Amino acid sequence: MVKPTRVTNSIRTLRFHANEMTQVELAEKVGVTRQTIIAIEQGKYSPSLEVAFQIAAALGVRLDEAFTHPTIGESA
Amino acid sequence: MSVIIDILGEQDHGMASEERSSWVMVVVATTAYVIYLSLVLSESATLPLAPSVYGWPLLGTILGAIVVAVLAEIGLAIVDGLRGRKTGRRDERDRRIDQLGEYTGQAFVVVGALAAMILAILEVDSFWIANAVYLAFVLSAVLGSITKIALYRGGLPTW
Repeated sequence: MVKPTRVTNSIRTLRFHANEMTQVELAEKVGVTRQTIIAIEQGKYSPSLEVAFQIAAALGVRLDEAFTHPTIGESA
Repeated sequence: MSVIIDILGEQDHGMASEERSSWVMVVVATTAYVIYLSLVLSESATLPLAPSVYGWPLLGTILGAIVVAVLAEIGLAIVDGLRGRKTGRRDERDRRIDQLGEYTGQAFVVVGALAAMILAILEVDSFWIANAVYLAFVLSAVLGSITKIALYRGGLPTW
């Protein structure tokens, strides 16, 4: 059964706080297209771990500050 | 209408160049096949047709589709260049969508090959064999591209 990604992110907000970085600027820093950044922000695409780390680094935050998953925080 | 505007780059709603190529493929492949069908069905002779009758329309529409698709891509790239729009770069999302789209399309190529094999074993007229393969190519191109468009618009699934 195909299901949408459950990974959520705060990229749009973090971009604003990062000197109002544009989607184009973030895309160029990370090495993806602007359309991919749009898709990530809209929750339509869950990036690879490498790209997720690059996005967090470009925004100057930790990975778990940029991305989150419903299972984070649940006890094992 | 907004899709056409996106393809021309009038407003950058975020259509990737790969998605745009998929739209071109859908239109070109479908149009070429419709032209071929109209040429073949306009023949007053009954089916199946002789190779000399359907052969050139079949090969001609395939070749024409390839030429038109290439010219369309070149034209759109020129328009992008004039508008200062950066295109052509493929990232991981583009590669994943392309992979899934190709998997979908390839399935129809296999089905077409199997159909052609069965028709050959049954010693059916070559007209039907050639058309089965051509239809498989068209379905492969169209449905593979539709899959890519759906993934670009709706997002990639997770399993």
